[in-house]
Amino acid sequence: MFEPEIIAFCCEYCGYSAADLAGAMRVEYPPNVVIVRVPCAGYLTPVHILRVFEEGYDGVFIASCLEGSCQYRTGNERAEKMVSIVKKLLDEVRIGGERLEIYKMASSMGKYFADIAINMTEKIKKLGPNPIKLIEERFEEEEHKQLKEMGVRISNT
Amino acid sequence: MLLQNEQNLTKKISKTGAVMVIGAGVSGIQASLDLADSGYKIYLVEKGPSIGGKMTQLDKTFPTNDCATCILAPKLVECIRHRNIETMTLCEVVKVDGYAGSFKVTIKRNPRYVDLDKCTGCGQCEKACPVKLPNEFDLGLSQRKAIYRFSPQADPNVPVIDAPNCRYLTMGKCEACSKICPTGAINFEDRKELINLDVGALILAVGFEQSDISKLKELGYGRYPNVITALQFERIMNSSGPFLGHIQRLSDGKKPEKIAFIQCVGSRNKEKDYCSSVCCMQATKEAIMIKEHIPEIDVSIYYMDIRVYGKEFDQYYNRARDKYKVKYIRSMPSSIEEDPLTHNLFVTSVQENSLKTDEYDLVILSTGVEPSVDAQVISKNIDFDLNKYGFCKTDRYSPVETTRDGIYVCGPFSEPKDIAESVTQGCATAGLAGALLSSKRGTLVKKKIFPEELDVIGQEPRIGVFICHCGNNIAGVVDINSVKKYSEKLPNVVYCEDMKYACTQDSLQQISQIIKENNLNRVVVASCSPRTHESLFRESLRNAGLNQFLFEMANIRNQCSWVHSNQPEKATEKSKDLIRMSVARAASLESLELFSIPINKKALILGAGVAGMTAALTISKQGFEVVLIEKKNEPGGLAKRIEYDFEGKQPKKFVEELINKIGKDPNITLLTNSELTHIAGFVGNFKSKIKRRIKDGEFEQIDIEHGVLIVATGGEEYQGTDYGYGANNKILSQLEFEHKLVEKEINPEQLEKVVMIQCVGSRTEEHPYCSRVCCGEAIKNALKLKEINPDIEIVILYKDIMTYGFLEQYYTKARDMGIVFLRYDDNNKPEVLPEMNGKVRVKTIDLSLRREFLIDCDLLLLSRGIIPSPSNEELFKILRVSLIEQGFYEEAHPKLRPVDFASEGFFLCGLAHTPRHIGEAVAQAQAAASRATVILSQKELLAGGEVSVVDQDKCVACLNCVRICPYQVPFINENGVAQIEVTNCYGCGICVGVCPVRAISLKNYKDEQVIPKIEALFKKELV
Repeated sequence: MFEPEIIAFCCEYCGYSAADLAGAMRVEYPPNVVIVRVPCAGYLTPVHILRVFEEGYDGVFIASCLEGSCQYRTGNERAEKMVSIVKKLLDEVRIGGERLEIYKMASSMGKYFADIAINMTEKIKKLGPNPIKLIEERFEEEEHKQLKEMGVRISNT
Repeated sequence: MLLQNEQNLTKKISKTGAVMVIGAGVSGIQASLDLADSGYKIYLVEKGPSIGGKMTQLDKTFPTNDCATCILAPKLVECIRHRNIETMTLCEVVKVDGYAGSFKVTIKRNPRYVDLDKCTGCGQCEKACPVKLPNEFDLGLSQRKAIYRFSPQADPNVPVIDAPNCRYLTMGKCEACSKICPTGAINFEDRKELINLDVGALILAVGFEQSDISKLKELGYGRYPNVITALQFERIMNSSGPFLGHIQRLSDGKKPEKIAFIQCVGSRNKEKDYCSSVCCMQATKEAIMIKEHIPEIDVSIYYMDIRVYGKEFDQYYNRARDKYKVKYIRSMPSSIEEDPLTHNLFVTSVQENSLKTDEYDLVILSTGVEPSVDAQVISKNIDFDLNKYGFCKTDRYSPVETTRDGIYVCGPFSEPKDIAESVTQGCATAGLAGALLSSKRGTLVKKKIFPEELDVIGQEPRIGVFICHCGNNIAGVVDINSVKKYSEKLPNVVYCEDMKYACTQDSLQQISQIIKENNLNRVVVASCSPRTHESLFRESLRNAGLNQFLFEMANIRNQCSWVHSNQPEKATEKSKDLIRMSVARAASLESLELFSIPINKKALILGAGVAGMTAALTISKQGFEVVLIEKKNEPGGLAKRIEYDFEGKQPKKFVEELINKIGKDPNITLLTNSELTHIAGFVGNFKSKIKRRIKDGEFEQIDIEHGVLIVATGGEEYQGTDYGYGANNKILSQLEFEHKLVEKEINPEQLEKVVMIQCVGSRTEEHPYCSRVCCGEAIKNALKLKEINPDIEIVILYKDIMTYGFLEQYYTKARDMGIVFLRYDDNNKPEVLPEMNGKVRVKTIDLSLRREFLIDCDLLLLSRGIIPSPSNEELFKILRVSLIEQGFYEEAHPKLRPVDFASEGFFLCGLAHTPRHIGEAVAQAQAAASRATVILSQKELLAGGEVSVVDQDKCVACLNCVRICPYQVPFINENGVAQIEVTNCYGCGICVGVCPVRAISLKNYKDEQVIPKIEALFKKELV
């Protein structure tokens, strides 16, 4: 069974607080989601996101403040724009833009955060692993084949 | 004589540098923080088990729809953590002896039965307790136990035992909680005690109660399950509320399709002849939230006047009506009946002259504001007066002072008001208490001294990992042993320890000790949330001589054990992942320096109206110098033109007194004919240029260095020619009329009929906001005319009468005296027709009666609104601050930072903020002064830490950062490249993302510090 690795970038205020509250309310969600705290969703750049996919994560979501209540005024709007650009890039390189999402939430929305974590995990499970991983595996296989042809023995440890 | 002098002398000497704040709602918390930050010891006394007040029960706040908890929680944490604030929960004041500057207060502390120091807030006792009771936090919509926290996010996060309902305390059997408590925090022997404290001043912030609506049986509350209050509905909408945010009816849990709000329940009636000021906006907010959740729900609001008199309220209301299609029905229901089968409700009201009944499946009562239940007792115990409504008595021109010297009041305890006004008043009381005790500033506060920091640059990372069990909270799910063994082997980890509770005082000391003994230079704590505990652990680093930024937390409780309790093995694996990620990041962390910057202790205030002068005096009393500049040739501003008030007092005199005091104050320099032309620098160190007109065509430039700036540039009377203004001397503005009346140029005895038109230049397309003061102004003048000549017929043409708070009584009085109020709207505006027989002819339609009227009057008075000062258009560019659409200045946050600008060190008060009454401007000015004092009273400012820096060699001056920064911090310096002042940067990192050449980095969040953390999830094999 494919277990996706999903990263959730949470802004220091609402996103992270909502994730904390999900815990305080003991709402269960799959352990596939790991949370990374950032000062503001607006801090994230396409480079961060692409790097995450390059590393092999299967999905990413950003949890930012609600519309109009970003602690840093416009950070969530910036992040939203960034996400729409990176989604297109991901589509172009066939990783798939649907692996990246942004959700706006208030710090009191613990249940909502958990719901997102659940839905995101389900969605990514259906999509399957990040294609980059498959490419890497194929590379390795081909490498092995070539080495074999060259007569090098590979021990599978 | 000698004796008296001696007494005065001793009084002076024996002042105490501590303040007691009674009530820990949002206004009390604000007062406490301001005072504690400016050098006073605070006792924050709260009757309940946790702080935060009514605001914690709200879902969202108007007009920004901010989540109430999101914006309040940081202040609560700050309060609990503050070195100079002693939070005393479950405490009540019994007696206050002494005098202003030196009070002796007796406090009664009620037992909590849970040890604050031992309890870790794990919540196991609450699960174990067998007694179920209605939950007050959810207003009875859910259940709590006999040992409980007031709210899930309570501060302090420690439960209390409800003694009358506890089985052990009443029957001597049970002890379920004490048996399960892992730290032995339950103490059934806890008893109430009396505590004596010396303070210099008291601040009353005891809040309000929801109207007692049990008396209003005809509305069905308590009889019909689907009739609820607006506050209950806040809980229903809240995502951590009883229904997790699903809007539903109480009778059957079904989603309602048609909802009605009923306004003015428990206010604006015979017994409560005041307006509760907040309910119109609250209902509008709730209606918008409903529509945002489920657009197809039909929402109606039954009301008398929609009171949208605050900043951006009118737009909010328009949005609800036009965009969200909320129906506003101007009619008060006479009855509500229930269909016993469906539990639907029939609301009957008069609409357009006929009785109409509508069916709804949920009815929400907008209950009003009543004085705190403790008002009577407190007023007796502390010895100050209440007004006729039972609220704290205050004077119009000193709205935060009680009748007893040295005792101040803020928030809705003195009059119903919203959060923004309550916070403003909280600051204002801090300003006054600080002024009273300025000679004792800094005498009772604690200052913590840390050992000198070690230099870790160039050292190989030596990481210590501390894994917390949090009792059973983590250890009950996660296999700590396995996690520990794993963590020991992670790269750079030289020490690993597990702790039962990492946050107890013992553990914190132990961490410091271990850092020193093992020469650790990075620390990772795997426990709970950095939001609540990061500052605590960082202090342990500082105690060990380690820079506080060499620290990283792995949240293995809230984000692991608590949410994966059903999958303990996976939770254990995830804990390892999270720790590995944190360790990877920790290795790349750097020491960050906090710079200490000296502060110029002078304030510059722009505008010498009531607000500017009040702010100047409040700052001067705190012992700081003020330069007050005024564009005009004399101080006084708009208030000087107001001749009398409702009580017959003369605001003019009040203004003259202020001018007098300013003249005599050696700390204040007043410069008239002066304008600010340039400002540079940053908080604590501004350099400004002032242009002063010496005589016509001759100017001089004055350079001023100052630490803070207050903008009090005021507003102006609207000057349009609407309704024939200027055509003849029978059409006057309210202010002109007042003046002529006092100068006896108008004789009321000769007048037969007077018409007044409201909202002239307000709530129009050009000026789409309510000017707040004009309804009061018109009613005041109408009453004055009636007083002199009771035979005058007066007709007031209005849209909504905005007599909020205690102004309502004058509206009632006006109607009782026969003053006629006819309502018009934008589609049916009054018209001024050609003069007939020497009288002004006004044509109008009354919307209630649906009839046209022609009125010939001797005098037509136009209630002209307040417009922003034209100077704003220039000044906002000089200051680099923002204006709102309507032309007034924009504050940092409309609710919680109402007198701060987003730019550090700039503050705002008076009409420059929005139109307001004199008393409100006074409170706002005192508030701005208090906020400014928080900066001026510091010895030095600490700047730096997590801020953005520009690599000057890489910058290509593309201006992206300059444009994108939400606070306008980056600028192009003399070298032609972008620069970010460390003192001004908020550390959001938005600029980092837009820099095309990666010249900007955010300290502590550099790419090389964030990427390793991301990579580490896949580096399991490193071990």
